[in-house]
Amino acid sequence: MVRKLPSKDVVIIGLCWTGAILAHELTDEGLDVVAIERGPWRDTASDFPPSYAPDELRYAIRGELFLQPKQETFTFRHKPNEMALPIRQFVSFLPGTGVGGAGVHWNGQTWRFLPTDFNLKTHLTSRYGKDFLPADMSIQDWGITYDELEPYYDKFEYLCGTSGKAGNLNGVIQEGGNPFEGPRKRAYPTPPQRQPYGPTLFAKAAIETGHRPFPQPSSNLSQGYTNPLGVTLGECTFCGFCERFGCGNYSKASVQTTILPVLVRKSNFEARTNSEVLKIEKDSTGKKATGVTYIDASGETFFQPADLVIVCAFMLDNARLMLLSGIGKPYDPVSGEGVIGKNYSYQLTSGVTAFFDDKIFNPFIASGAIGMMIDDYNGDNFDHGPMGFVGGGYMGMGQTGARPIQTRPVPPGTPRWGSEWKAATAQHYNSTISFSTHGSNYSYRDAYLDLDPTYKDTHGRPLMRITYDFHDNDLKMSGFLTDQLASIVNAMGAKQVVKSPRKGPYDTSIYQTTHVCGGVIMGEDSATSAVNKYLQSWDASNVFVIGASAFPQNAGYNPTNTVGALAFWAADAIRTQYLKNPGPLVQS
Amino acid sequence: MMLHMKPRYGLPLAAILSVVGIASVAQAGEPQSFDQIARGRDVSIASDCQGCHTMPGGLPFAGGLALQTPFGKLVAANITPDMQTGIGSWTDEDFYNSLHEGRGKGGELIYPAMPYPAYTKMTYDDAMALRAYLRTVEPVTQDVVSNQLPFPFSIRASLNVWNALNFTQGTFKPDPNLSPDANHGAYLVTALGHCATCHSGKTSLGADEPKAFLTGGLLQGWWAPDITGNMRTGIGGWSNDDIVQYLWTGVNRFSVATGPMMETVTNSTSKMSKEDLGAIATYLKGIRGDQTAAPPKAAADTVLELGKVVYTDNCSMCHVQNGDGVSGLFPKLATNGSVQSLNATSQIRVVLQGGRGVSTQAAPTAPAMPSFGWKLGDAEIAAALTYVRNSWSNAAPVVEASDVKKLRDNLGGED
Repeated sequence: MVRKLPSKDVVIIGLCWTGAILAHELTDEGLDVVAIERGPWRDTASDFPPSYAPDELRYAIRGELFLQPKQETFTFRHKPNEMALPIRQFVSFLPGTGVGGAGVHWNGQTWRFLPTDFNLKTHLTSRYGKDFLPADMSIQDWGITYDELEPYYDKFEYLCGTSGKAGNLNGVIQEGGNPFEGPRKRAYPTPPQRQPYGPTLFAKAAIETGHRPFPQPSSNLSQGYTNPLGVTLGECTFCGFCERFGCGNYSKASVQTTILPVLVRKSNFEARTNSEVLKIEKDSTGKKATGVTYIDASGETFFQPADLVIVCAFMLDNARLMLLSGIGKPYDPVSGEGVIGKNYSYQLTSGVTAFFDDKIFNPFIASGAIGMMIDDYNGDNFDHGPMGFVGGGYMGMGQTGARPIQTRPVPPGTPRWGSEWKAATAQHYNSTISFSTHGSNYSYRDAYLDLDPTYKDTHGRPLMRITYDFHDNDLKMSGFLTDQLASIVNAMGAKQVVKSPRKGPYDTSIYQTTHVCGGVIMGEDSATSAVNKYLQSWDASNVFVIGASAFPQNAGYNPTNTVGALAFWAADAIRTQYLKNPGPLVQS
Repeated sequence: MMLHMKPRYGLPLAAILSVVGIASVAQAGEPQSFDQIARGRDVSIASDCQGCHTMPGGLPFAGGLALQTPFGKLVAANITPDMQTGIGSWTDEDFYNSLHEGRGKGGELIYPAMPYPAYTKMTYDDAMALRAYLRTVEPVTQDVVSNQLPFPFSIRASLNVWNALNFTQGTFKPDPNLSPDANHGAYLVTALGHCATCHSGKTSLGADEPKAFLTGGLLQGWWAPDITGNMRTGIGGWSNDDIVQYLWTGVNRFSVATGPMMETVTNSTSKMSKEDLGAIATYLKGIRGDQTAAPPKAAADTVLELGKVVYTDNCSMCHVQNGDGVSGLFPKLATNGSVQSLNATSQIRVVLQGGRGVSTQAAPTAPAMPSFGWKLGDAEIAAALTYVRNSWSNAAPVVEASDVKKLRDNLGGED
């Protein structure tokens, strides 16, 4: 039996970065907001204190902060003609759950996308011609411009206290910053983090080889900072337990360190944890959501009516909830019609490792986002005409941690276990550094999400099915980036340089990033996108779907800053436009 | 959404004080006057009535909060205007006597857990304003049995003896040697705020020890630190602004309010005006405190070495290697008076159990310290605290492993 609860103004599904931002903005507007989160409440001192948080086995290997496949998993296949099987261990990407979501265990890398990333299709076809793009590539413009999003990037960066060096202030290129970035209205809230030895050497080699290095923007803070909400963060101590870990000393931006202290003081906000939304309910017209049905930890099912439903789950679950709820037409890869599940994209990273004899790098002195990077080969920052591919990525040396279980840098040919392997580890641990490329992944007609016809979750609902593989364009792009990176690294004078280009087929058992995107994409046209430029469903105007699910394709950057900016952007549209006149903000 | 909008109506408390001695009966006779009620609310806030008379999550002023005293349990009374179970049937005289003489309706003696030794200093006007304000709160029918003390303390007549020995009745008299601002602070500290209830040393009968005025006190398993102007153990090194910021927001560049002070900040000081808080700062800074404390005995090098290792591995990621902390987030340990207090109970306690800072509208972060009781042994905690108390120009007595063990045992399974 489903118990009906008193109605709320707003129900938010998922209390992560986007959910907390929307909750904060809409409670400020005076609305009565409830957030329903499938995972537990999480707080710094009780859930990841410095007294035990640096536990690699517990958090990095066993993944205590991640979604567990037993609670929910996804099925996977490479091609539409294959049978998909459930992923039984999350390795390739690490979905978040619990209060704070994946934003608890992120690295704090806080990039803006390039202006041309937002009008990608228009830009590439006008520069290179329509026939330059592969026939099955399904990239689209976002329906929003960089200039529109700039104030909201600013908001998210100032919420986090992001440490960085501006490269373009109001159109004026700044020495030492990223000269390729879009113009920003003001500098980062805090100066860049101090750089260790390895990134410093990389930057020197990058300059010598004609590139323009800059410190990676980091939301692990270079100094204490109080954000506009009045919440204070501390200074990062370079403990090296960042990615996959919660931050014990309040120096990594997360909802715990930036928003929750203010949100929990509000009497018009409520969070219900360990409660999973099963479905968004619709009225008889099918054009309006009436609320959500959810199940709590005791197994009781509730209907929470609400005027506004904001979907802020992990991006795969955003798409899944839309499909399970029948909001928007499911994507059909044969006809290319339909929108929900369309344009699932990911990321193509690659690495270069350099073995030195005469240097000590102390790689354990690390933060999730320290490093020196170049952006010369990202997006369309270079001429793709002679290349035969589109896309790109940033690259450089980031010192994100060298923990004992997962960091065993040994030269090729070393045995994979035993005394020789141990001796090689001891010899190379301190004198080896790794570099990486962070490449884009453009979308393709046969990369998409739909409901699995076979496998179901504990509630009897079909699992989400992922159909995805790398395509030649993107592998070519990644190979090019890897070669460029290796040529810079070679200038550093290492004894041995080893390239690890990304190779197909895609393998869910190899970690890359958690930057999975798409499925509920934003756009200008209701025939080709699931949500409009304000992330409002074309099909049910009181449903907004926030997250990387809105990316029509992925750029060569980490997505969190763009996700945060879109959350502020959508919240602003709701506050200033929707509430005055509830209904579609863009006519389809 | 709790918009913390506090209208500044009526006279500020500073203005009220200036009429001490020319108490106007006319004002006292206007219980429905807006000014009177607003002033009474400010008196209630400055006196932190809700701190005891409202249960956490309970109805305002309906009583029920149990105080653990060294003599047994006392429960704060229902002071809503309910006729049967509250103070609705009290006359103004009953009300004033309860504050001024420690006698309730019908002359019944009140236990001094209700700080009438401080409230006796409250002006008649302020008492009547408070009375007027309390008439406006919602009457709640809730029978509270205040006296839950064991025999012989349960005999109220025993209080006659206690009062004779410990209680001096009398309204606050400004000190002609102090500035008006300092006198205003003195009134807030000694009459309304009853700071000495926690922050002063106690006699064996539980009364404030005059020689230990505001130099720190032990209460409910916490050491309330020295808040005199003493440069080493007190707050002499804090500027007036530091003190105001601490009281108003719960944090400043030195410290974060936790434990019982967290409740005081939440219910009382964060709602007071900055003028009143500034007067408190002026008054406290002017108290010389105990300048005679013997220099602490030096700790053994081996203890300090162990302490430094424990500190580096467990504490430095927040409090920073040089003890500077992070302003508004992690307390500064270097040159911090409360770190150098003679009694280390509160320090041992937060290391064992952890602790959360207060959340206020002005400083909502509420940073928390995790518990280390499960991880560190008695000797390690003692060494780390001894190191902290004797580094970076700090100087304070050694903390013994036996001190840690004793508190650990007292706190039971709480850590």
